Amino acid sequence: MAEGAALPIETLADPVTGRSLWVEARGRLLNNKAAVCSIVLLAFIAVACIFGPFFTGHPFDQVYPDYVKVPASLEAYPKADQIAPQIERIGARVRGKPEAIDVKGDSVTVTLVGQRPIDERLLAYFDRSDMFGVAKVVEKTDEGKRLVVDVPLKKKYFFFGTDTNGRDLLTRTMKAGQISLAIGLLATLVAILIGVAYGATSGYLGGRADLIMMRVVDVIYSLPFIFFVIMLVVFFGRNFILMFIAVGAVEWLDMARIVRGQTLSIKRQEYVQAAEALGVETKGIIRRHVIPNTLGPVVVYMTLLVPKVILLESFLSFLGLGVQEPNTSLGVLISEGAKNIQGATWMLLYPSLTLIAILFCLNFIGDGLRDALDPKDR
Amino acid sequence: MADPVLTVRNLNVRFRTGDGILHAVKGIDLDVNAGETVAIVGESGSGKSQTMMSVMGLLASNGWAEGSVKYRGEELVGLSPEKLNRYRGSKLTMIFQEPMTSLDPLYRIGEQLALPLTTHGGLSKVEARRRAIELLELVRIPDPQRRIDSYPHEMSGGQRQRVMIAMALANNPDVLIADEPTTALDVTVQARILELLADLQKRLGMSIVFITHDLGIVRRFADRTYVMKRGEVVESGTTEDIFAAPKHPYTRMLIDAEPTGHKEPAPTNAPLVLDARDVKVSFVLKSNLFGKPIHVLNAVDGVSLSVRGGETVGVVGESGSGKSTLGRAVLRLQPASGMVRFEDRNLMPLDRAGMRPLRRHLQLVFQDPFGSLSPRMTAGEIVTEGLLVHEPRISRKDRDRRAAQAFEEVRLEPAWRNRFPHEFSGGQRQRIAIARAMILHPKLVVLDEPTSALDRSVQKEIVDLLRDLQKAHGLAYVFISHDLAVVRALSDEIMVMKSGKVVERGPAEAIFERPQEDYTRDLIAAAFLKEREAQTALPAASLAS
Repeated sequence: MAEGAALPIETLADPVTGRSLWVEARGRLLNNKAAVCSIVLLAFIAVACIFGPFFTGHPFDQVYPDYVKVPASLEAYPKADQIAPQIERIGARVRGKPEAIDVKGDSVTVTLVGQRPIDERLLAYFDRSDMFGVAKVVEKTDEGKRLVVDVPLKKKYFFFGTDTNGRDLLTRTMKAGQISLAIGLLATLVAILIGVAYGATSGYLGGRADLIMMRVVDVIYSLPFIFFVIMLVVFFGRNFILMFIAVGAVEWLDMARIVRGQTLSIKRQEYVQAAEALGVETKGIIRRHVIPNTLGPVVVYMTLLVPKVILLESFLSFLGLGVQEPNTSLGVLISEGAKNIQGATWMLLYPSLTLIAILFCLNFIGDGLRDALDPKDR
Repeated sequence: MADPVLTVRNLNVRFRTGDGILHAVKGIDLDVNAGETVAIVGESGSGKSQTMMSVMGLLASNGWAEGSVKYRGEELVGLSPEKLNRYRGSKLTMIFQEPMTSLDPLYRIGEQLALPLTTHGGLSKVEARRRAIELLELVRIPDPQRRIDSYPHEMSGGQRQRVMIAMALANNPDVLIADEPTTALDVTVQARILELLADLQKRLGMSIVFITHDLGIVRRFADRTYVMKRGEVVESGTTEDIFAAPKHPYTRMLIDAEPTGHKEPAPTNAPLVLDARDVKVSFVLKSNLFGKPIHVLNAVDGVSLSVRGGETVGVVGESGSGKSTLGRAVLRLQPASGMVRFEDRNLMPLDRAGMRPLRRHLQLVFQDPFGSLSPRMTAGEIVTEGLLVHEPRISRKDRDRRAAQAFEEVRLEPAWRNRFPHEFSGGQRQRIAIARAMILHPKLVVLDEPTSALDRSVQKEIVDLLRDLQKAHGLAYVFISHDLAVVRALSDEIMVMKSGKVVERGPAEAIFERPQEDYTRDLIAAAFLKEREAQTALPAASLAS
């Protein structure tokens, strides 16, 4: 614009940056100790779930037949009392009776005595076991009927114990956390995108459009959720993507209602009328004025929706409608843990604690956000 | 001096906020003697309300008071709520600004009136009801026997404020604190409520503490006045002395803040910008089973309005007179019948999309500078939103430049354009709203009570600004207001509206000097309280609003 050139350029160079409501809300949120602790803890859990499986030393689907349902322990496996029975078992296969089992640090020296000469190739059974490395013959006497074998121990750590198939529970919990968080976030995102757009449009248009759009919501609402999921499973088979669709398709309804209610009150605000008087199109009003001003409650609802979705997913997985083996989710793990509560309490304890921690954190963050965004508190 | 009923010494009020501690009241001293009216005057944010809130122990939870407040020698600061309740509600009572929200909508007014009587006065239910009727009579509610069983929504704003006063009077208080009791009311109702308060004081002999920003009220009712600025008392003394010889420049500024001056007459040969004939807006309040309206409110009933370039037409009337609806109808923001022409185009057949290109010439400024700016956009974005619609091709950088320019035009610091609305004061926000209208270089601006929510001194600045903008751009204004002082300073022509109809119209000076209708005379009398003393008091029968 030509007339703009008259303005001195220095006033344009450095406009004061304002503090938006979001910035102020962030300040208030950071003053809330419970919320900050929750954010830190949740971030830690999320990072652990994403990168943890690379560092535990166990793939999440690796089965250790020798370590089925071993309890959680900070010390390395195999334990001293596990070694002798395992060597006995291998001895039986090798056809040599183990004598003088001597555990020294990271290796075991054992003397195998057979009735006939022992085939050294059979010593590979040691390596096939989860506990030992490649056996080395130290001494061979009595025409090969007596072998002194040096076997290195394979040290393994199972901090959360193992499950009924002998898989490391720590890695599986992390994997489950990944999937639960992913479903929680993605399904919530889907629900919010649909819900906000639908609710804002319905509320802003009002009248007959609003009436029809909200009746559609009511109809979908009336579908029983579990029935809906079972139907989807029957038609499409069990599928990870299906979870998003099922959960998202149900959860956006609440969101749409909340946003519609907000929009109805925002619509009467003078700044919306001012935009109408400027000739702004409906699309622009919804995008620039209605949606940004509904986002406060939406963000709060989102933090409360994520745990809800995680719980829903757990519930579906608990029923066996959720993710499939060898993938897992917290719901699956808890379901398995519940079956093995006698004798293997760790299988229930650790996945449950993880789920509880995630849910607590999200709820505290949601509370903190609500306080931070609520203008009445100011 | 008589012995003081209420003594405030070195009172400090602080609030803990997100940005640290806000010192709202800074060590003020104040005395209220028996039977006198004390006014506390100041602009918004001066701490006048917070002073009295702390006396009543009603501070928000993040605020606290230090210092001394003594009621008849009894210290009130630091008392527990239970002990404080011995005084507040019975000996110290308060009425608030907003009569619409300070009554509980779920209870009949009789029940609400009886509550302080049964809890503080120890009356039985039957006695309390009898006393409640007496009180309603005292505050001149017509037909109190019947009205006592009304719900708050069945009463008008003025009547509700009377009920609030009746509640405050229930236990014969020593001190009645009135926090802007008439600000939310129409001018004519305002005058009657003030008369009622003055009369009650004479009869009951209590002290009144009047918190207000309106110097007209102070001058008429107060014996002594405290002027507050930013939490401090800058001047105090008898009202006469303060008005006759204000010592502090702030006081002088407040007294001089009445909008003055007149608009230069518009050239009579200017082309007609807006010509509306026989505009009708009606709302269906009730319709029968088949959607046929059976109860219709004619909000605007056959009003004609024409404005030339550079001319201002003032539309005056009480709330509910249809003046705002008329403003929206001529901009086609409100479905209406009749004929509206803008320059040479008939607007009535145009739909929403058809109106869009014309919107840039027809602008609107709202009353509430807090509600009319979207809180999540920066001031610059708000101001340039119209450009997105009407000049979509200009770049972001050009828009920014235009925003800076518009800020300068309304005398705001252009560097502030990236701030958010909540970081501006009320007057500055109203300037942003004006900038938003002006950036499109409109031909007609409808100003819907643009100064009503602002302090007097700010009002004056906005009036000056509007006058200058009009002169610079040859704008046509439709100025809607209930405030006749502002209308007088801005308008060439005035229309007085009542119940959707124009009762009187004519050149501004003629209306003010020779009002033909009683209604107009009432409005003028109520608006200029000080000139009113010469007039005879209204007959008692007409006092009930």
